[in-house]
Amino acid sequence: MSEHIVPVRIYVTIFAVLLIGTALTVAAAFVDFPWRFNTIIALTIATIKATFVVLFFMHVRYSSRLIWVIIAAALFWMAILFAFTFSDYLTRDWISIQR
Amino acid sequence: MATHAAAQDVHSHPALQHHFENMEQQREAGTLGMWIFLVTEIMFFGGMFLAYALYRTLYPAAFASGSNHLDIKLGAINTGVLILSSFTMAMAVYFTQVGKRRPQVLCLVLTLLLGLTFLGIKAVEYHDKYEDHLIPGNLIPGHAFGPAIQEEGQPLDHHKLHLLPGATVEKVEMFYWIYFAMTGMHALHMVIGAGLLTFLLIFSLRGRFDPEYHSPVEVIGLYWHFVDIVWIFLFPLLYLLGRHFEHG
Repeated sequence: MSEHIVPVRIYVTIFAVLLIGTALTVAAAFVDFPWRFNTIIALTIATIKATFVVLFFMHVRYSSRLIWVIIAAALFWMAILFAFTFSDYLTRDWISIQR
Repeated sequence: MATHAAAQDVHSHPALQHHFENMEQQREAGTLGMWIFLVTEIMFFGGMFLAYALYRTLYPAAFASGSNHLDIKLGAINTGVLILSSFTMAMAVYFTQVGKRRPQVLCLVLTLLLGLTFLGIKAVEYHDKYEDHLIPGNLIPGHAFGPAIQEEGQPLDHHKLHLLPGATVEKVEMFYWIYFAMTGMHALHMVIGAGLLTFLLIFSLRGRFDPEYHSPVEVIGLYWHFVDIVWIFLFPLLYLLGRHFEHG
């Protein structure tokens, strides 16, 4: 009946992972990677850090399916927000109309 | 008779509201409600991240120039402070769940102090930007946006704005609008979080939370972690985006 209690060991591990991630992202920022890899690497590290926070600090790993659905819905709507906006802005040069 | 009394006990926790079957249902309803609130927060910050992404796509050089003027050291320290505060918050929830009040109070105090440390460092950063005339528009009357520009060949001055090829002062100003809107909103959430932690601390000292009833600690913890996640994205996007142009 009672809720899942996350062991201290896991909290400490996540804390260490987050600090290492921060160090990595700072170090990577000073390296000149080709194309847009600087941004891609930074966002990948941030997403991994955020995922660890959500799954363990926020206990989602041990939460009901309903919580998972709610988070997925939020991310889905965020994706719509970005996809529809950029499908406009990034494609404006495709047609040659005088503006 | 004894078993009946014991069964009655489970259902009669003083914190149990009449419209819930038992403590577990009440706790799950609270967590669910908090997550739905956090969804609205995701959409709220999402809009600002969209504005950021859009303007960065339009003005890449200006965003890199503006970003390079931010203090990476203070930003990184603040990231560490916030991560540590998330850890102490998670430990506060843990100690509440296992019913250890003294370490629980200690963790709440630490979380609050770390949150205030973050805000203090942020204030120092804002003041530095004020000194360098980087507060956008005319937000502070008589102190309009107008940083000194670093010219080629002159000795390097960290108070001057170094414009990368393709950047203009007007476009850098757009970066600073977004910087202050996003970090300002984040800081406001931290202030609200500090208020909520103070409330938790008072109730915790009064011994209101126990392993059966601790939803306030849990849901305020969720809020605190969410604010941490926003910063986890803000830090690289605002502070680190143009460093490789200057040092690569």
